[in-house]
This record gives sequence, structure tokens and C-alpha cells, in this order.
Amino acid sequence: MAGLPEKDLVDTGGISGMIAPRPFVIRRIERDTADTFTLRLKSGSDRNGLHFEPGQFNMLYVFGVGEVPLSISGDPAKPQFLVHTTRVVGPVTGALHRLKTGDMVGIRGPFGKGWPVDEAEGNDIVVIAGGIGLAPLRPALYHLLAHRKKYGRIVLLYGARTPADILYRRELEKWRARFDLEVEVTVDRGDESWWGNVGVVTTLVPRSPFDPLNAVALICGPEVMMRFAVMALRKKGMNIDDIYVSMERNMKCGVGLCGHCQFGPKFVCKNGPVFSYETLKNLFNKREI
Amino acid sequence: MSMQTLKPYLAEHPFLQGMAERHIELLVGCASNVRFDEGQYIFREGDEANEFYFIRHGKLALEVFRPHKGGIVVQTLKAGDVVGWSWLIPPYFRHFDCRAVELTRAIVLDGTCMREKCNEDYQLGYEIMKRFAHVMEDELLALRLQLLDIYGGTT
Ligand SMILES: Cc1cc2nc3c(=O)[nH]c(=O)nc-3n(C[C@H](O)[C@H](O)[C@H](O)COP(=O)(O)OP(=O)(O)OC[C@H]3O[C@@H](n4cnc5c(N)ncnc54)[C@H](O)[C@@H]3O)c2cc1C
Ligand code: FES
Repeated sequence: MAGLPEKDLVDTGGISGMIAPRPFVIRRIERDTADTFTLRLKSGSDRNGLHFEPGQFNMLYVFGVGEVPLSISGDPAKPQFLVHTTRVVGPVTGALHRLKTGDMVGIRGPFGKGWPVDEAEGNDIVVIAGGIGLAPLRPALYHLLAHRKKYGRIVLLYGARTPADILYRRELEKWRARFDLEVEVTVDRGDESWWGNVGVVTTLVPRSPFDPLNAVALICGPEVMMRFAVMALRKKGMNIDDIYVSMERNMKCGVGLCGHCQFGPKFVCKNGPVFSYETLKNLFNKREI
Repeated sequence: MSMQTLKPYLAEHPFLQGMAERHIELLVGCASNVRFDEGQYIFREGDEANEFYFIRHGKLALEVFRPHKGGIVVQTLKAGDVVGWSWLIPPYFRHFDCRAVELTRAIVLDGTCMREKCNEDYQLGYEIMKRFAHVMEDELLALRLQLLDIYGGTT
């Protein structure tokens, strides 16, 4: 088990749960792809688990190494298990990757504003995910499917680099078999085993069966991909204020105090990470931000 | 299917949305119905490009052939897409192989016939060019994004 300093064992929940990490135990680890893995965590003390809204994130502390923001990728209707899907990119995510079942991490959160799943009721929903961007969108998909009758057509467009990089394969296959959900997966580069679509995820937008005038789009992925996805949606006739994106910026406090995550006049941790594209449109292309 | 019965299929195809009826009628004169079985090659790199296709059902893959390794798929196309613009640009040769990934039905337009009609009716030519310019723009944008390898690095 990773070393857990005494001073980190503060588990008061409430407001201090936002400031001091609470211990969670790793119950299961799934290796999704070569560089991505999913942790299933259980609270060390709170049997009710961690209630969250789709699109919210936690600050996850690997003791002795550091803290990183990670979106919650589990089912909001099953808060007893906390699920995070992580791609290894540096020291903290690397250390997280080396932990084993039974090890402990510190959790602060949940933080931020999530996907507008309630406001979107009555509309078609188009979910566009690229790479690891499917993780923050999965809770929204669980919610949409759990309340299926409240929405029109639901479309998931997912792009990955290669077939080996596709996340949540089994779940995607299950979703694809449903009659009330349209799932399209595409890869940038195919291989001999791949019979599906090849091309970037934005190429799926024009033929996608949703009504652009009565749809809400939820997008998460690399920023370039999100920009191109917004262009494709607007070309199809969607209103800019019906498009939502999830932003990432370096974070420290997670509660709007330190200014690390500032994005123009907004704090990504507090005002986001999910924003209406309308509120960001003047910032999105600014290189210095 | 007779030529006339192709008219509604052409009129419905997204590529031709908003096209004047008289222009659709001109297209019908160059059109015929085709079907490709799974695995069938529709054209190969270097072939003369004398046709283009409106896909009605199914899926086609554009491939680049690599010696000793076989074809690598660079793009897939499906219902609602249009395939092939080499018929517009001299010397009218194909740049990719095109294979049916699954049973595919399409309407094929004869490129020579279309070039003649476009030369006779500049308005039709302009409409066709405008639509292909959109397709080319979309493909160019997609290709640039593909080249960026956006998922390769971090977000
Ligand atoms: C709100 C929010 C939610 C997030 N959700 C997830 C998630 O669910 N799963 C997940 O894997 N990651 C997620 N991230 C990104 C994650 O926080 C970073 O990958 C992590 O902080 C990297 O820490 P590190 O110490 O491992 O690497 P670092 O040393 O911090 O970074 C290593 C390299 O990756 C780059 N990098 C770091 N963070 C990012 C980033 N966010 N985008 C692009 N490049 C980056 C750095 O520039 C550097 O080159 C989220 C970020 C935010 C802000
Ligand atoms: S992370 Fe401190 S203000 Fe957002």
C-alpha cells in the first residue's frame, strides 16, 4: 500500500472534504489501453460514497507525489463506487498507474459545473468524444440512458487514434446494440483488424441523425478536436449556445481560490469545467490564454 | 432500375440538396444504379477516373496500397457521401484504391457524360464545382486534423 501520511487522514466530508483529501481505497483496476486505466475506488469511511453530477471532477492525491484533477467516469446513480479513468502523461498519473488494489489515494471533490443534462431534456443529444475525452462524458451517457424517455435521439460519436486506443470497448458494443442510441466510432488510423470507420471524429457529424435545431451537443477531447467539432456542428446548423465543451487547465486548489486554472475571466475549476461554447467563443482561439 | 426512377434518389442525396430540378434531370441522364459486394474493389490507384458515386447504403473504404503490407484504410465513406472527384481534374486518374467494406448500393455518374453536360451548361458546372469544393474543404480539414495526431500527445 502506498504510504499515507497521518496529516492526510482527514475525512470530514462537507466543506473540508473540498480542502483536505479523504482516503479512498482502490478496489479494482482495469487496463483499458496501453496507456489508460480505470480505477474503481471506495471511500475509506463514508458508506454512501461520493455523490456527483456528470462532468464533475475530483482532485486526486497520490500520497507523496502530488495531486491531479481527474473527471469522474462512473455512474452517478452508483455513488458508492468512485470511478476514474486516467491516461498516463507524467509523474502523478504515472504514480497512480503504479498503485495496486488495496492502495489508498486522497480525494477532494467533487468540483465544478457538469454537463447540462437536465436543461437538455426534450432535445436530441449529440455526444462527441475524442480519446480520453470519453471518460468525462460516460457519466452523462449513463444519466441519459437511465432517463431515456426524457430525450429525443441520442447520438454518440467517438474518435480514437487507432483501434487499440478505443476506451470502454465492451460498453460501446453494448450501447451499439441498443435501438435507442446511435453509436459511431471512428479511428484516425485503421489496421487489418478494423472494419469500422476511418477518419477524424468530426467527419461523422454531417451524416449524424439528429435535428440540429433541437439538439444539445456535449463535447470533450483535445481542444483542437473540440474546435473542429464546433465548426462541423455549426455547419450542420446548430446554435452556438446549444454546444457545451469541457475544458482542461492546470489546477491547484480546485475551488476558485488560487487562480491557477484561470481562462480569461473564468476559473475552469469553479465556472467549469463544462462551459457553454457561447460563453467561451471569444477565448477559445486566443493563443495566450 | 430505370434512369427516371433514379431521380428521387438523386434529389434526396445530401450532396445535391437544393439543386434545381432541371439540373437533377441532366444528372439523371448520366446516372445508373450499381451494387458492390463486400470486398469488391470499385477502382484502383492509377485507374482512369471516369465515374463518381453517390452512396445510398453501405460503406466504402479508400485505401493506399503498401508493398508487402497490403492496403491501409485512410478514409471510410457511407450513405450520404459522394466518392471520387478525380473525374473533375485532368488527367483524370485515381489516387486511391476503393473497396466495399460491406454490401454497398450507389448511384454512379459517368464522368465523361458529366463533363460534357457541365461544359454545355455552365450553371450546372458551377453548382457541381461548388458542391465538390465543399467536399474537398471537408476532406482537407479532416486530413489536417488527422495529420496533427491529436490523441497521440496529451490533450
Ligand atoms: C477538469 C479536468 C479533468 C481532467 N480529467 C481527466 C481524466 O478524466 N483523465 C485523465 O487522464 N486526465 C484528466 N485530466 C488531465 C490530468 O489532470 C493531467 O493529465 C494530469 O494533471 C497530468 O499530471 P502528471 O503529473 O501526470 O503530468 P504533468 O507533469 O502535469 O504533465 C505531463 C505532460 O502532460 C501535459 N499535460 C498535463 N496535463 C494536461 C492536460 N490536462 N491536457 C494536456 N496536456 C497536459 C503537460 O504539459 C506535460 O507535457 C483532467 C484535467 C482537468 C483540468
Ligand atoms: S484551481 Fe485554483 S482557482 Fe481553479
